[in-house]
Amino acid sequence: MDMGLSQDNLVRARQLIALYPQKRSALIPVLHLLQEQEGYLSPEGIEDVATLLELTPAEVRGTASFYDMFHLEPIGRYLVAVCTNIACMLDGAYELLEHIQEDLGVHPGGTTPDGLFTLEDAECLALCGNAPCVTVNWRFFGNMTPERWDALIEDLRAGRLDAEVPPHGTLCRVQRSVGLPAAAPEPPSPGKAGRAVKKAAPAAATGATDAVGQPVALGTTRTTPAVASTLLVGGPPTTEETGR
Amino acid sequence: MTAVETPGPKGGPKIVTSRFGFPHSWTLPSYLDHGGYQGLRRALAMTPEEVHQATLGSSILGRGGAGFDAGRKWGMLRKAEPVYLVVNGDESEPATFKDHALLEGDPHQLIEGSVICAYAVGAAQVFIFVRGEMALAQERLQAALNEAYEYGAVGANILGSGFSVDIVVHPGAGAYICGEETALLESLEGKRGFPRIKPPYYPAAIGLYGAPTVVNNVETLSNLPWIMCNGNEAFFALGDGRSRGTKILALSGHVRRPGNYEIEFAKVSFRELIYDPALGAGVRHGRELKAFIPGGVSSPWFGPQHLDISLANEAIAQAGSMAGSGAVTVMDETTCVVRAVWRITRFFHRESCGQCTPCREGSGWIEKVMRRIEDGQGREADLDLLMDVCDNIVPGVSWPPAQTTICVLGPSIPSSVASGIRMFRDEFMEHIRLGHCPFPPDRSRESPAYA
Repeated sequence: MDMGLSQDNLVRARQLIALYPQKRSALIPVLHLLQEQEGYLSPEGIEDVATLLELTPAEVRGTASFYDMFHLEPIGRYLVAVCTNIACMLDGAYELLEHIQEDLGVHPGGTTPDGLFTLEDAECLALCGNAPCVTVNWRFFGNMTPERWDALIEDLRAGRLDAEVPPHGTLCRVQRSVGLPAAAPEPPSPGKAGRAVKKAAPAAATGATDAVGQPVALGTTRTTPAVASTLLVGGPPTTEETGR
Repeated sequence: MTAVETPGPKGGPKIVTSRFGFPHSWTLPSYLDHGGYQGLRRALAMTPEEVHQATLGSSILGRGGAGFDAGRKWGMLRKAEPVYLVVNGDESEPATFKDHALLEGDPHQLIEGSVICAYAVGAAQVFIFVRGEMALAQERLQAALNEAYEYGAVGANILGSGFSVDIVVHPGAGAYICGEETALLESLEGKRGFPRIKPPYYPAAIGLYGAPTVVNNVETLSNLPWIMCNGNEAFFALGDGRSRGTKILALSGHVRRPGNYEIEFAKVSFRELIYDPALGAGVRHGRELKAFIPGGVSSPWFGPQHLDISLANEAIAQAGSMAGSGAVTVMDETTCVVRAVWRITRFFHRESCGQCTPCREGSGWIEKVMRRIEDGQGREADLDLLMDVCDNIVPGVSWPPAQTTICVLGPSIPSSVASGIRMFRDEFMEHIRLGHCPFPPDRSRESPAYA
């Protein structure tokens, strides 16, 4: 179970560290790696990260606990964040939250007994043109209604959204494939201005690939409509049309 | 040469959103098909000083919220090496969603703008700090960066010019305060996002790792490719006064067509933004406008009497508020002001970093008092109490606010409270007199989980 950072992630962590002039700068990216591995930050993992970055576990935990996205205890496979800030509140976010609470049977902060869903009452998620909005593992679903929530959770339970909503902890599925100093254990020193970082030959890969070189579809259909709809001339559906 | 000609909803050109809506606008082939990396080629043909002069000539103000002249900011860099460029993509001001769209819709434009800026200031490395919650934005930006390296627009010997710079996409981890530039730098150094004590006031003197650092907003840098292609005169020709070029306005709340609208700066009034059929298309269900927030929840509110104010930094400041991040939130007649103010204050309480007493304690006190008024347990003296707490955070409850704290989060707290009490005192009193919220549905009955 909790064995700390995996060998693969140790390699990735060293690559991340090598991107920064100072080791500690890689702390948050490396903690995201750890959270991707286990869904939360385990004590063993925190010790590994501390060793890697030459910090104490207390320094790592003390930094991690400042940030809302890091979880020091296990949570559900899906983190459901319902924005209730001003724009979403004006468009019925609390009514939506009540519906979701009843559906899941938990209050914000709670996890369903099957370990699938953790509910959060979130601050503004920057999708206010499609209020009210919900994210599942930080994948966006806008113009939410109780009915759309019912359809969404059915899709999630049936695994129909597995390609778009990875398990909690997986944030960015596209890895840096270029400009990495080849397996450099030490960070590159920032050189003279404008002539800075030594680079190895870029990797052959292009575009978006994940850890095993599989293309990642970024043209999602159901996630963020920020680009697809809110900016088109002719605009998004009117509030009357969306039934709010 | 104009890279892309796309008219905006009010006739003027679109600058930063011109490629939105094109299929796969976030990929390199699409970007190159629509004039991508032409601005960088032009910039690299100039000297860094000429690029800086062109930016100064455009008079572009920072698009993050403070509205500081970008070219001047670059000119304030302490003469030392290395210099860093940090891109602020930690967009978290409630009701602001423009950088989110820019990062997802046109990440190459930001990369191009970042390289242009890095060239002008001689940056050793660029860090693009993307809000942690924006997963798709991080994916598209990282994919675009991988493409840009392959294309030769980032990395060693960029487009054969001899100029080299590395860009790193850095994810945040959930903290509003990291949008404050010194907190962002702390976070980028792997620490808690605590804003730094001023002075030094500007990261241009002492920034990342103590080195001179330029911190610019996503939208600001996204303008640079267009400025390089079309010339700073073309940019300066748009807008008026100090507000030049275009601005993305993030319109939300009770309008028929919420969304991001890029319009010419200083040429559109709030009335047009909210009511024009090509923009907000009016208040939903034909209802009356009650109030609107002109520049993010940190800004004092406006009422119907302010509708004819022009969307320009100076005009809004003159009327006692700020253009801020360009987030306009509309509230119709059914809105409970007490509840709206409570929700905004709750946000500040949750997001206060806790370093300074007026902010840490004041936000919590105000949130509790607002909650009890909304729940029907308010007292008449609560209005004076609220203003007194506001006065302890911002002496005189003035605008622009007096500073009692390390950063501007604290002084932003009284904006909504004071606006609510000054504009809708009767509504507060009615809550207290009736012993419940007069607005249906009665939100005071909601679950104790959000108490």
